[in-house]
Amino acid sequence: MSAPNQGADRGADYRGGSLSGAFLALVRRDLLLAFRRRTELLFPVIFLLVVISLFPLGIGPGPQLLARIAPGVIWIAALLATVISLDALFRSDFEDGTLEQFVISGHPLTLIALAKIATHWLVAGLPIVLLSPLLALWMNLPAESLGVMVLTLLLGTPILSLIGSIGVGLTISLKRGGQLLSLLVFPLYVPILIIATAAVMATSDNLPYTQFLGLLAAGLITSVTLAPFATAAALKISLS
Amino acid sequence: MLTASDISFERYFEPVFEPVSFELEPGQLLLVTGANGCGKTTLIRVLAGVLHPSDGRLDNRARGMAYVGHYLAIKDDLSVLENLRFMRDFIGTSDRDVVGAVYRMGLGRVAEQLARTLSAGQRKRCALARLLLSENELWLLDEPYSNLDAQGVELVDDLLRGHLEAGGACVLATHGAHRPTWADTRDYHLVSGAAA
Repeated sequence: MSAPNQGADRGADYRGGSLSGAFLALVRRDLLLAFRRRTELLFPVIFLLVVISLFPLGIGPGPQLLARIAPGVIWIAALLATVISLDALFRSDFEDGTLEQFVISGHPLTLIALAKIATHWLVAGLPIVLLSPLLALWMNLPAESLGVMVLTLLLGTPILSLIGSIGVGLTISLKRGGQLLSLLVFPLYVPILIIATAAVMATSDNLPYTQFLGLLAAGLITSVTLAPFATAAALKISLS
Repeated sequence: MLTASDISFERYFEPVFEPVSFELEPGQLLLVTGANGCGKTTLIRVLAGVLHPSDGRLDNRARGMAYVGHYLAIKDDLSVLENLRFMRDFIGTSDRDVVGAVYRMGLGRVAEQLARTLSAGQRKRCALARLLLSENELWLLDEPYSNLDAQGVELVDDLLRGHLEAGGACVLATHGAHRPTWADTRDYHLVSGAAA
């Protein structure tokens, strides 16, 4: 028989709620939950600090060497910190049935995904950006590269959240989805890592860097445009 | 309000239940019964639109739909009031009295407590309070009486009676002993697809 489930989204016609109201309610709730679950909130930041602190201890405090590897180290640590926080993006909503309520609410799942991703960046990505000047000083990064370092993280960390959300959507229904998630998203993060570190290193070498920032901005625009749709589709697959 | 014509759902290429057909009109309650594992929850999730039927046709003409399933969609780290306020703001019925709904469900004493401190019955009441936050014509309730004490069961019956008298309809899945008999109730005995 054709056209199954016609009218199952009828609730959407009835809802008086605005999309912006739903978006803000979700962001507010997730920020409150993040504040209440402080351990989850602080763990990625502490992880980032520990990883970056270990590098000078492991390879010695040679300022030239530290400065040279600083962009890569900071970016890899940021990438790992993002990945360990990703699994929580939809996990609790999936496990406690909230995701089902989102589906029947009639609001587009794309919008819900975007709200969740935005909150994830505010909670996991923004602290990395804010801490990055301190990390750069710790790694002896030249002062002229500091601004570009922050800019790459400002443009790049939202991409990490956006791309990661697709992987989370696909693995959420798996018991050990977190392990598979790393395998899924790391290859997709490689171009971001290469472009971002190339931008910072270009500054250190007094070479033009704006083209790299342009590429990151393009990546961000593309991710914002496409990732919420892909995440919504992945979540629907996982729910079934 | 809700018409199902030979709807079925397959998991791993096996039918979960035998094809289901029914027609639900305003004021009616459809009581879905059946043995454990016969697919009651799956059917309710299909009716809710969470799952898409493998075959058949589902025509939902209801103005709004509320679903209370096995998973109660309650956040442990939010209070009862915060949980309900979020859902109210999310669905966009900001004029609804959340405090009134909390007291109606007998949760006034624990309204400010984090949901993690609630008993299973109180959590169920909190989830059922969502029904009071919007005027949905169709209610889909999966084992709404589970974990509730006698007073809670009576409360659910009161809610249900009011909803049906106001012209709403409800599909209620249960395998428990308590069954509403006062309403325009129709029984639907679900048969597992594996038994076919």
